Formats: sequence, C-alpha cells, structure tokens
Amino acid sequence: MLWNALLLALRAIRRNLMRSFLTTLGIVIGVGAVITMVTLGNGATKAVQDEISSMGSNLLMMRPGQRMGPPEGAPNFKSGDAEAIQTQVGGLEAVAPTAAKSVTAVHMARNWSTSVTGTTNAYFKSGNWRLTSGRTFIEAEERAGKAVCVIGETVRRELFGSGNPVGDSIRIKQFSCEVIGVLASKGQSAMGRDQDDTIVMPLRTVQRRLTGRQDVDALLVSVKDGVSTGMVMERIKTLMRERRKIADGEDDNFNVMDTKQIAEALTGTTRILTTLLGAVAAVSLLVGGIGIMNIMLVSVTERTREIGIRLAIGALEGEVLLQFLIEAVVLASLGGLLGIVSATGASAALAKILKVPFLFNPGINALSFLFSAGIGVIFGYFPARRAAHLDPIEALRHE
Amino acid sequence: MTTASASFGDPLIELSGVTKTYGRGQAAFQALRGVNFVIGEEDFVAVMGPSGSGKSTVMNILGCLDTPTSGAYLFRGVRVERLLRKERALLRRHYLGFVFQGFNLLARTSAQENVELPLLYRGESSSARHEAARAALSAVGLSGWETHTQAELSGGQQQRVAIARAIVTRPALLLADEPTGNLDTQCGREIMELLSVLNREKGITILMVTHEAEMAEYATRVIRFVDGRVESDVRNRERR
Ligand SMILES: Nc1ncnc2c1ncn2[C@@H]1O[C@H](COP(=O)(O)OP(=O)(O)O)[C@@H](O)[C@H]1O
Ligand SMILES: [Mg+2]
Repeated sequence: MLWNALLLALRAIRRNLMRSFLTTLGIVIGVGAVITMVTLGNGATKAVQDEISSMGSNLLMMRPGQRMGPPEGAPNFKSGDAEAIQTQVGGLEAVAPTAAKSVTAVHMARNWSTSVTGTTNAYFKSGNWRLTSGRTFIEAEERAGKAVCVIGETVRRELFGSGNPVGDSIRIKQFSCEVIGVLASKGQSAMGRDQDDTIVMPLRTVQRRLTGRQDVDALLVSVKDGVSTGMVMERIKTLMRERRKIADGEDDNFNVMDTKQIAEALTGTTRILTTLLGAVAAVSLLVGGIGIMNIMLVSVTERTREIGIRLAIGALEGEVLLQFLIEAVVLASLGGLLGIVSATGASAALAKILKVPFLFNPGINALSFLFSAGIGVIFGYFPARRAAHLDPIEALRHE
Repeated sequence: MTTASASFGDPLIELSGVTKTYGRGQAAFQALRGVNFVIGEEDFVAVMGPSGSGKSTVMNILGCLDTPTSGAYLFRGVRVERLLRKERALLRRHYLGFVFQGFNLLARTSAQENVELPLLYRGESSSARHEAARAALSAVGLSGWETHTQAELSGGQQQRVAIARAIVTRPALLLADEPTGNLDTQCGREIMELLSVLNREKGITILMVTHEAEMAEYATRVIRFVDGRVESDVRNRERR
C-alpha cells in the first residue's frame, strides 16, 4: 500500500513538473539559506578559534590611552618600560615593545605596501611566530639598529615571487634592508587582517630610520602557562601607574587587554550571529512549508475531479490521504535535497569570497533534510485530509 | 463479501422500498419514492426517464457512492446500506465498474496507466496489471493506443478507455450513467455495440442510463423512471 501510494504520488508529481518545481522552490531556498548560514558561521568561528590557538601563550597587549582606539594625547611607552616590566613583574615569558609604521617596500621592479613593526626578539616568542627559513635578530643587530628584517609570507610572495629572499635586500624609503628570515604563515586574523602581510625589524632601526622617535606604540606581554593573567595584569598596571606618575584617584592613561579574552568574546559573537542567521533562515524554511501547503490545497481543489475518479474506481480514503501526504513529503524532501546541493555550492563559493574556511557540516545537512521532510508531513497533512474526505459524487460533478 | 461467485440463489441486486430524500425540513426533496427492482446476473438494463426523475440518484446508490434514506439494497444478499463507508469502498473496488458521461480519464496519463489504476488499488503486481490492462484495451479495440493520453484521443476512444478501465477488474456490475451523452450518434452506437458484446461474450451485468431510445434498444430490459418511481420495467423482445 505504501509502495503503491509512492508510485501514485511520483506519477502525480511527474504529471505536473512545473508546478512541482515551484512548490519545492520555497523549501529549496529555505534549506539552502539555513545550511549556507550555518556553514559560513561555523567557518568564521573556526577561523577565530584557529587564531586563538595560533596566538599561543596568553598574550597581553598594552596600548597608551584608556580604551581601544586612538590614544588621545596619552604619552607613548618608552623602550625602558619593556625591561622594567620584564624584570619587576614575575611569571612572564617575554615582553616585546613594538613601534609600527606603514611603508612601501621595493625589490627590483616590484613594490608592496605593508607595515613595519620594530621590536625585539621577544616579539617572535610572544606572538608565537616561527620561521620557515633564515634566523631572527642577533643582539648586536638589535643594539646597533642594523638594517635587517624578517618578512611575512605575503610580503615574500609579493616581492620575491617563488624565490628565497634570505640574504637578498629590500628597499624601504631611502635605505636598503637585508632579509634575514621568513615567517611561517599564520593566515587571516579573526578581524580579517592578513597577519602575514608584515615586516619585522629591530626596534632601534625603526625608531631611527622610520618613526624618528624614541618611544614605542605598544607592548606585547606573554604570560607563562599556569600563571594567572588577571594577577599579572594587576601587577603591570600598578607598575605602569608608578612609572607614568599617575596620581591616586586619577584614571589609567593606558590599557592592558587580554587578547585571548577578546578572541574568545569574538568566538561568542560569531556563534550568536550564526544562531541568529540560522534562525532567520529557518523562518524562510517555515515560509517554504506554508508555500507547500498553499499549493497542495490549490492542487486538491484543482484535482477534485481526479480524486472523485480515484474514489469511485476503488481507492480507499486512507489511500488518497497517503498519496497526497507522500506527494507533499516527496516534494519537500526533493526541495531539501536541492537545497543541500545548492547550499554546498553557495557556501563553498561564499567561503572563498569571505575568506573563511569551508567546513562541510553533515549534521546540519541531515537535520535540514529531515526537517524539510517533516514540513512535508505537517503541511501536507491538512490538504491530504481534505482530499480524502471529499464526497465522490460531489467530486465527480466538480468542473 | 467473499468471492465474485458467492451466494447461489440470491439475485445480483435487489432494491426494495428504496427512498432518497435530499435536504431537510422545508427544503427536503424526495428524489426516490420507493423503488423496487431485481437485477439478475448477466442482465443488460437500460434506465430511462425524464430529467430529474431520479436515474442518477439510483445509480449512485447502486454504485455505493451514496446510501438510501430508507429501504434495503441487497448486493448478492449483502445489506449494502448497513455497510461502513470503507466497506462500501471495498465493495466498489472488488465488484463494480464505472463509466461516466464525461469519460473522466486522468489527464496527462496514458491510456495504459488509466486502465491499470483500479488494479493498482487492488494491489496487483506490476506485471499482472500490465497484462490485464493490455487485454482490456484490446477488448475495447484500442490495441496500439496504450501510450496515448486523453488529449490525444477522440471522445469515442476516451470512452473506450474508460470502459476498459471499468472492465479490467472483471466487475460483477458495470454502471454507466449516460455513457453516450457526450458522443455523436455514430460513436454512441459503437459504444453500445461494445457494451452489448461485453455483456453477451464476457457475461458482464450492465446497468446503463440513457435518454435515447435508440441506445436503449441494445439492452435486454428497459426500466423507466418517472418522479422517483419505476413507471415501467419491460424486456426487449429482441436486442439489436
Ligand atoms: N445532492 C443533491 N441535493 C439536492 N437535490 C438533489 C441532489 N442530487 C439530485 N437532486 C435532485 O434530485 C432529483 C433527481 O436527480 P437525478 O437523480 O440527478 O435525476 P436524473 O434522472 O436527471 O439523473 C432532481 O430533482 C435533483 O435536482
Ligand atoms: Mg442524471
């Protein structure tokens, strides 16, 4: 009986291909939207999580000013601040002062706009950077402010193509700078910034040749594993208030952020966004279900005579009900399948455009499919029951 | 209800004191006012009478599509008016065949699939359905037209497909309400010839409503209705 009902339902769908397609369209779009949203959202979450793990040890970032954003007249840090923190606050892995500057780097006929970070060897440790070739700075280079640099993968690619740059030089402003190492690629940050688009030089080199100042923009402090970052933050704040001569009762004119916390907050945000977008998409799936019900109801009216014929020649009410129900379920499931196929294509393409990883999620695909089949049952039942309860005499008389 | 050859002695159909009232109270209308007749196996009955005399009403009751308001309808000794809706549907499925004035084939469906449909509801295998449908189409003279759909067939051909669909289950009774009503005289005659042959050669009992005296001549018996009652019930001395 089930098999026969399926056969009859498939025949009815085939007899009206165009309408069948339009019926499923709502489900196709609904399922497609849900899966695309969730897949992209999961990709974005994954990107943030990857960045958290690439940040390695617990990293604190210190900037002048009270909050994120422009420092608003607060004095920059001094080079000595890094050493003071390193020696006077316990439980630290490394403290790296940084001074940054946007520049155009040139090698032969190629040039590339990027930013230079002046810092110490501690930067590589605190930022969890590794080298693919070459070396980091030696002490003499840091002390003398030699024109040497370690470049990121993007800079290497843009200036050297497939070549190995170690030992070669690039020109920045008026000076030539020897490439001594290449950083291993980290990819995009959660904010969408290309972390490999960077050049790292000794702090003194940048201060002398690029910024012309003695101060530093920011301090990166990495905390040893197992040491409470909260406690370290408090100690650093106390020390810095002393060094910056801030009176009691006055606000800090610098801020210390726990980057891991920020990234975790960001993961939370993308999760919430994913859920929200998924929910919006789920509403469109519901609308798709109502579309199916609407068209099935129209179809029952349109096919009243057909139903009358079926009842007259021996169909039981239950069989007519089953046929219409199966029609709805088959249509909805087909819509679900089409939605999965188009969502896989769309989210793969969008993931590429938005530069988030594409993660095929079997769970959400299976769930959407089952959900669309369920929609077929729920929204198909009412029209099917109406069809089955038709009076055959009336139905046969129907024009 | 067991097999098609049940209960010796009982006639195929027996109506006694059947009435049918449509509506209630002031609006009530008595379409049948006490109808009595007996139809034996292998009869070919033409039902005639003016419009509104209750012919279709009695056909619907005989076809188990409707129930009488009072009176008894015995089908091979079974009190049909006491059956449940589902039981009447099963009786239709196993013992009755319908031919309508408007043919009523499924649109965009081949002749073959139309004819197979009643067998599908009877749960017969795909090969049995196929065989039986081909045989039925051949019996109505439509071999070679299996794949044509309703839109590709003439009125007469559509009615032949409908007859094939009605006889494919080897029904005990074929009910036809004005089967030639939508056809020209020539096509109508051909359909009547076909019914006559089916009655004579396959022994199918036929009950047919018609307006036209010429068509009634093919039957072995004519029941005439007036105002919801049987006015006359005569055997044709010789069928055409
Ligand atoms: N469903 C119905 N409701 C009310 N009156 C009906 C209904 N069906 C038929 N009638 C009335 O019953 C009478 C007999 O109808 P019918 O059996 O169709 O006549 P006919 O002999 O022309 O086939 C007619 O007067 C018709 O108007
Ligand atoms: Mg009538």
